Amino acid sequence: MMGPSAYLILSGILFAIGAIGVVARKNALIILMSVELMLNGVNVAFVAVGSYMGDPTGGIFAFMVMTVAAAEAAVGLSILIAIYRLKETIDITELSVLKW
Amino acid sequence: MEPILFTLFGAIAVGGALLVVTRKNPMSAALSLIMSLFAVAALFVLRQAHFLAAIQVIVYAGAVVVLFIFVIMLINVPENRLPIEKPTVYRLLGVVAAGLLMIEGGLASRNFSAPATAVGEVGSVEAVGHALFTDYLFAFEVTSVLLLAAVVGATVLAKKKI
Repeated sequence: MMGPSAYLILSGILFAIGAIGVVARKNALIILMSVELMLNGVNVAFVAVGSYMGDPTGGIFAFMVMTVAAAEAAVGLSILIAIYRLKETIDITELSVLKW
Repeated sequence: MEPILFTLFGAIAVGGALLVVTRKNPMSAALSLIMSLFAVAALFVLRQAHFLAAIQVIVYAGAVVVLFIFVIMLINVPENRLPIEKPTVYRLLGVVAAGLLMIEGGLASRNFSAPATAVGEVGSVEAVGHALFTDYLFAFEVTSVLLLAAVVGATVLAKKKI
């Protein structure tokens, strides 16, 4: 029988790798994928803690996070398609219209 | 048995995540993302969360990543027009931020210990469905509004002229 700390540490590693991707990459598609990785890392923590506490609430939270992730991917990718039509690029450093 | 399987699938999940962040080609990154998500589904099975493992495979690998691959093929950026990824200060800052997150998480979960009660079948379809349609019914219904908003938003954004 393992303790929950291993799952929490794994969840932290997945979240941190996703955070590196969001900050360091320039390809907007890969940034969106890294956001999915971060949400997925959080799900690992929810499921592990929920199952160790014997409470289905953790699973419900993970379920809601998955719904939000799917909605976010759909809207984010359609924004990306609209940007690509206008600017012919997915490089976030070139998309600086709103930058002061 | 659990530690061995946890190490195996945890390593696959972390390896897939690292590949997502490091690949230049978005298609390789999307396929690595599938690998990572499948390994996380296996971890859910290890924690007896069978329903969530199935949902993970169907919704993430079956819908979200397919959407990503669809968009990659639709906009089809040529190899020489992909963003040039040079080592910048942002990369260093990203690694520092990730390290700080890890340290914070380690400190926060250091003293976490689960009660020694026997773990029931909290992740089965029956348990999740019961919780979802009694205690969390309102949240479940609000989720449908969220999905409707996402569908309308995606349709409007995908129009020829915004």
